[in-house]
Amino acid sequence: MHETAFQIFVNALLANNFVLAMFLGLCPFLGVSGKLDTALPMGVATTFVMLVASLCAYGLNLLLTAFHLEFLRLISYIVIIASAVQLVEMVLKKYSPALFRALGIYLPLITTNCAVLGVALFQTAREYDFIQSMTFSLGGGAGFTLALVLMASVRERLQLSDVPSLAQGTALSLMLAGILSLSFMGFAGLGG
Amino acid sequence: MSAEHLPIDQAPATPTGAMIRTLGLVSAICGLIIVGAYQGTYDAVAANKRIAMERAVFKVVPAAKSIEEYLAKADGGIAKAGAETPAGAIRFFAGYDEAGKLVGVAAEGSARGYADIVRVMFGYDPACQCVRNIGVVSMRETPGIGDKILVDRAFLENFKELDARLTADMKALANEIKTVKHGSKTGAWQIDAIAGATITSRAVGRAINDTAQALLPRLAPNLDKIGSKS
Amino acid sequence: MSDVSTTGHWDQFMEGIWRQNPVFVMVLGMCPTLAVTVSAVNAISMGVATTFVLACSCLLVSMMRNVVPKEVRIATYIVIIATFVTAVDYIIQAISLALYDALGAFIQLIVVNCIILGRAEAHASKNRPAVATYNALGMGVGFTIGLLALGSVREVLGAGTLFGVSLFGANFQPWVIMVLPPGGFFVLGAWLLFFAWHARRKERQLREAGQHA
Repeated sequence: MHETAFQIFVNALLANNFVLAMFLGLCPFLGVSGKLDTALPMGVATTFVMLVASLCAYGLNLLLTAFHLEFLRLISYIVIIASAVQLVEMVLKKYSPALFRALGIYLPLITTNCAVLGVALFQTAREYDFIQSMTFSLGGGAGFTLALVLMASVRERLQLSDVPSLAQGTALSLMLAGILSLSFMGFAGLGG
Repeated sequence: MSAEHLPIDQAPATPTGAMIRTLGLVSAICGLIIVGAYQGTYDAVAANKRIAMERAVFKVVPAAKSIEEYLAKADGGIAKAGAETPAGAIRFFAGYDEAGKLVGVAAEGSARGYADIVRVMFGYDPACQCVRNIGVVSMRETPGIGDKILVDRAFLENFKELDARLTADMKALANEIKTVKHGSKTGAWQIDAIAGATITSRAVGRAINDTAQALLPRLAPNLDKIGSKS
Repeated sequence: MSDVSTTGHWDQFMEGIWRQNPVFVMVLGMCPTLAVTVSAVNAISMGVATTFVLACSCLLVSMMRNVVPKEVRIATYIVIIATFVTAVDYIIQAISLALYDALGAFIQLIVVNCIILGRAEAHASKNRPAVATYNALGMGVGFTIGLLALGSVREVLGAGTLFGVSLFGANFQPWVIMVLPPGGFFVLGAWLLFFAWHARRKERQLREAGQHA
């Protein structure tokens, strides 16, 4: 079956949203979604790293398959993602200090974001070609950003409302995430 | 944490040689563990995969007692399947009865359903040129709605004898296999959708049609080659 | 934490199960927690796999704690964890392919489960192998219990079964949303609410007991 790039993008963005339907990248989703000003840069930084990781993983997988070393896939993916994050950090610092200041603090956190490793693993499992892999990671990153921004906006408004003290904190965030996830279920079938 | 504070960027308190030695040692230990686990489980994993595949094939070709795996190559030829599938080739399974006579062919197709991709295995009977049975390899459709394709009697009735004849020049199916709205089935090549689960039903139809359109024209001229168990 | 007797081992073990339960108290490792807990069987399998990786990695990290230079320690931990995850990946495939398909990519994603890296860095790298292993086992069991609490509730409500056994007979109308993604968020949120309520009630009882005395 051949999926068009557009279908893959829409599905990763909405119908199978990385955070709300596939449960990838929940730690930053619950941790960094308190404020809108931090949610957006975090999402953009993650999307960027996901693209780089997807690119590296695609090349690496060609290499591993050629030498029949599939059992080293996981370990090499995680190492290459960690190195890619380091590299992105160094390049940004040298060539775009402004962007580095905006994104810098989030970059080290992204190494252990399972959305990034998830992109690499899913594109391999689904045997996506180069273009498909790129759109998949772009859609996944955009979906992550969308979920993060939505969640942050809701939580900012909730600070002004009278929430029972028992429910404050993670429990409330989870309930909100559940409602968001419920509404994203309405997108199912969109990429058909 | 900015880059300046990362341990890696600090003036090394440990000589580089020691770091490389340690990393080498760790890699060696880890390499041993991974290769050990891979080798130790290789036979069991291969056996499991074969059993799972055989179970799926026997489900859609119930008359089969043994199966062989083939590739229908892009140039129209047929070959025994190896570990890899070359570009453009379609993997399929030929099922044989006790006497070693071909009783059916099984192949897999996939299409996007409601929630995610639906992968379907279907059985093709060369004698009647029709699709006989289907089985779902994997899906994530809504429980209670989309997963009716597994159990809905009326829906499964479609695959008792689903017409998959080829045109006279054997280039394509005479009639496209298509899922139609519930209650509007008119031809033997149509699939009557489950009311309320039209998208999933359509995915099943598309999955079968895509694979059948590609596989059957290559299979038809070569049927005698796989006609009996080699 | 260096003074360890037999009770010390027990304490190390129990810490992860109750006081610092990774699911309900620390709220770590959320991705697999929510993704695979659509049934009790999946929950237990994921828990056991994670416990295995956690215990083996912590043991190895602890054994090597004096030879690994601090500059490369994180890299070392990640490589060690990835190794054991790869091993578990193959072991599960060898045991049951159906289970492997049900858990999907989340077996490999154990690598980035923050519980494991957190334990390796915060505990195993500072303690003797025996202590580290007991603590890791406790964390693993605590994680498994958390997964099971979610998985069984979701399976009972969403499918009317527990460990695949039908509970309510044929007329039960399953609450399907519970086995879909939103259900995972709702059930975990409800559990957290329950624990918050429990803690508050206990606090009040203690206070009242103090006033009466």
